[in-house]
Amino acid sequence: MHLTRRATLLGLGAAATLGRVRFALADAPGDKRFVVVLQRGAMDGMSAVVPYGDANLASLRPDLIPPAPGQPGGMFDLGGFYGLSPNFPNLAAMYQSGELLPFHAVAGPYRTRSHFEAQDLLQLGSDEPGITSGWLNRVLAELPQNNGPLGLNVGIGTPLLLQGPVRITSYAPEHFASPSPDLMARIEVLNAHDPLLSQAIAEGVQAANFDKAVIGTAAPVSAAPVAADAMMVAGGGAIMSDDRARVPGDLPKTPGGFPGLATQVGQLLGAAGGPRLAVFQLEGWDTHGNQMNGLKKPMTGLDAGLLNLKTALGPAWAQTCVLVVTEFGRTARMNGTKGTDHGTAAAAFALGGAVRGGRVVATWPGLGENELFQSRDLAPTLDIRAVAKGALAQHLGLSRAALARVFPGSGDASPVSGIIRAV
Amino acid sequence: MAIAVSRFGFGAGQQDNLGGDPKAWLKAQLQGDDPGLASGAFAGLLTGAQAVDALQAEQAAHRAFLLANPGGTAQYHSTLAPLFRAEAMAQLNFAATTPAGFRERLVWFWANHFSVSALQNNAGPFIGPLLREAIRPHVTGNFTDMLLAVESHPAMLRYLDNFNSIGPDSAVGLRTGRGLNENLGRECMELHSVGLAAGYSQADVTSMAKILTGWSIGKSGDDGDATGFKYRPGIHEPGPQVVMGQSFGGGEQAGIDALTYLSTYPTTYDLLAKKLVIHFVADDPPPAAVARISGVLRDTKGDLGTASAALVDLPGAWVPGRKLKTPFDYVISLLRAAPPPPDQKPPEPLGFLAQLGQPVWAAPLPNGWPDQAEDWAGSDAVMARIDLAYTYASRFNDAGVDPVQLADNALGPLLRPETQDAMAAAGSPREALTLFLTAPEFQRR
Repeated sequence: MHLTRRATLLGLGAAATLGRVRFALADAPGDKRFVVVLQRGAMDGMSAVVPYGDANLASLRPDLIPPAPGQPGGMFDLGGFYGLSPNFPNLAAMYQSGELLPFHAVAGPYRTRSHFEAQDLLQLGSDEPGITSGWLNRVLAELPQNNGPLGLNVGIGTPLLLQGPVRITSYAPEHFASPSPDLMARIEVLNAHDPLLSQAIAEGVQAANFDKAVIGTAAPVSAAPVAADAMMVAGGGAIMSDDRARVPGDLPKTPGGFPGLATQVGQLLGAAGGPRLAVFQLEGWDTHGNQMNGLKKPMTGLDAGLLNLKTALGPAWAQTCVLVVTEFGRTARMNGTKGTDHGTAAAAFALGGAVRGGRVVATWPGLGENELFQSRDLAPTLDIRAVAKGALAQHLGLSRAALARVFPGSGDASPVSGIIRAV
Repeated sequence: MAIAVSRFGFGAGQQDNLGGDPKAWLKAQLQGDDPGLASGAFAGLLTGAQAVDALQAEQAAHRAFLLANPGGTAQYHSTLAPLFRAEAMAQLNFAATTPAGFRERLVWFWANHFSVSALQNNAGPFIGPLLREAIRPHVTGNFTDMLLAVESHPAMLRYLDNFNSIGPDSAVGLRTGRGLNENLGRECMELHSVGLAAGYSQADVTSMAKILTGWSIGKSGDDGDATGFKYRPGIHEPGPQVVMGQSFGGGEQAGIDALTYLSTYPTTYDLLAKKLVIHFVADDPPPAAVARISGVLRDTKGDLGTASAALVDLPGAWVPGRKLKTPFDYVISLLRAAPPPPDQKPPEPLGFLAQLGQPVWAAPLPNGWPDQAEDWAGSDAVMARIDLAYTYASRFNDAGVDPVQLADNALGPLLRPETQDAMAAAGSPREALTLFLTAPEFQRR
């Protein structure tokens, strides 16, 4: 049996623990990677996957439709009815190679148009009272090795999706100088009586060692996306350069944002013994005004980052399933400011070497006046939990009973079949 | 007193005296005008209307630059970034030095309640003015006044898109076919006032958005307010609208009446009370405490000074260390406890906060920054905090400062003997200060 470096560093229960993981995944040999990208702010699904074949589209949102497939700057055709946004060239290539599976008219079981309530419900995976943990944390609980670092949060601030009894690790690029191991040990002693802080520090120390071993000094990024933007806004440049210069082995800067983070996280996920489940949170989707322009930056960033993730994962891409989801869709009609307001059904994506893509999964509800939900929004015809359950069942081998624990009360949402390639 | 300064304020400064009656000291801070506005600390910063001018000038300059440099490689330097920086630094420095820390914490609490982000819709130049013109004057005043001041401020009107939301049946709407943007209409109900608990419908949100059409922005001298608010009747949706069962006539007054109605609705008081109790008592707010503060708000029709004083009288607010500091709390308290030694390059608190994941005035979504330990206690968040402490502490190696004395001044009886011992045994002032700044009694408040 092969004991991996991360397991050693994290002081896991050694061979037996790891052995159980491999056993659990024996149905699908090798380590499966599962990544969730949360698009906070409600991505306009009909801009990501444009139903250009629907005759009602042009009258509903005349200024929000990209040029037709084949035109300069046009969308990428997905089989004659749907077109992928021209902001997604790399995703289009993945569609061509059968690695991208778009879903449309997808929504959670909730019908709120509140970002915040919907984001909570999307991440809780249930509106049953008493559910306080995120569904991905409950997925971790179903995996046999449930006290280790399988789950990785990217960035500072833990999303609800990962919150819960199973501890996770996190990764955010570093900038400040770090204390010596000896000083860090004294800091740990002083925090020993504080459960919250001592646990965070213990995990941080262990994860930092692992990250350094995997990423080395090759490709650190400058900041998490929001932080990078804020630094730009604040007019700040390189900070703390006076202090950093004195620290041996400090890391050089490279471009940041989701593309940079995706590369590093791909390396972590790709490494033997690294984390296996990761969550990214991306902002910038709440396009109430000038949406065509406003979507360019978040969409091209998403597209570039997902390609970087694939590249950095290397051979592990074949074992990977990424879910890209948002809390709800936006109005079918353009609003008064060439944007869209909060709506209902959206689009979602599964992608990865393990995904059986190259087609669109949707029951198109139509855009006629009486087909729209409340005469306003794209009507939902597919439950987002059915997508997640299908991916979890086929990719991570979760049983029917396990899926019921991950998504309590989701009996009506049967897992979508055929998301993952047959091995 | 040590609890009072850290739970209600931003921690003790080196000049603060930890003696005296803490409750009287806190309540005295609720009297009088905002100390920041009264101090002259913000002299020379722009009014909201001047910020409208500055943004227009910047946009014109940018266009001219692009025309003059077609496809060129020259780098354009925005004039707005230095303005934002000056504004943020002025208000941060005030928080880091004010003797009235409770009053200042309330300012930042309400600024987060009415969160505006510089990352969207060019709202950046207006956020400083928002705090100075709409938040600070009302922190101990009436909630209705604060709500009206905020929703009519160009910062919020830009951030949540209302400035160009157009009534479909208004003169401009009929001529151009342009229409509503319901962003502010929704969030002023959900986040700023009644909350989802009020049970309103999509139709209520749409009506609220129609009521607020015409609430727009004007430059200085454009017969708008000094804040930059300008009511534009040509884009206002005419006629009465119904929100949550109440009918409001047309015109600018309808917006004032509707917001006033929302501001005094019972669920508004519940929402505000819960947020205040989470902030000042515990992440898991005791229902009795929430009911008490909500009751005070109801009885006083939203008097925020009285409600703030009632927070001081909650017994639960005096249990030390219950709240984990957010990055903002942490950085401000660090600057207060260990002010940078003179003759050094000044620290960069804006950069610190960006690195700790809470960049100033740049929350990702309109619900502002989270306020509970779970959100800030991830291992990387805590490790980044430790790295900041260690990096910042390097300033003190040869500064002639006694770290133990400094820690004692900041925490008084809350400083644990084991922390003092570890500091005394440390190999350098930098290490000693790092141990203090990373000890749980300093990471909590």
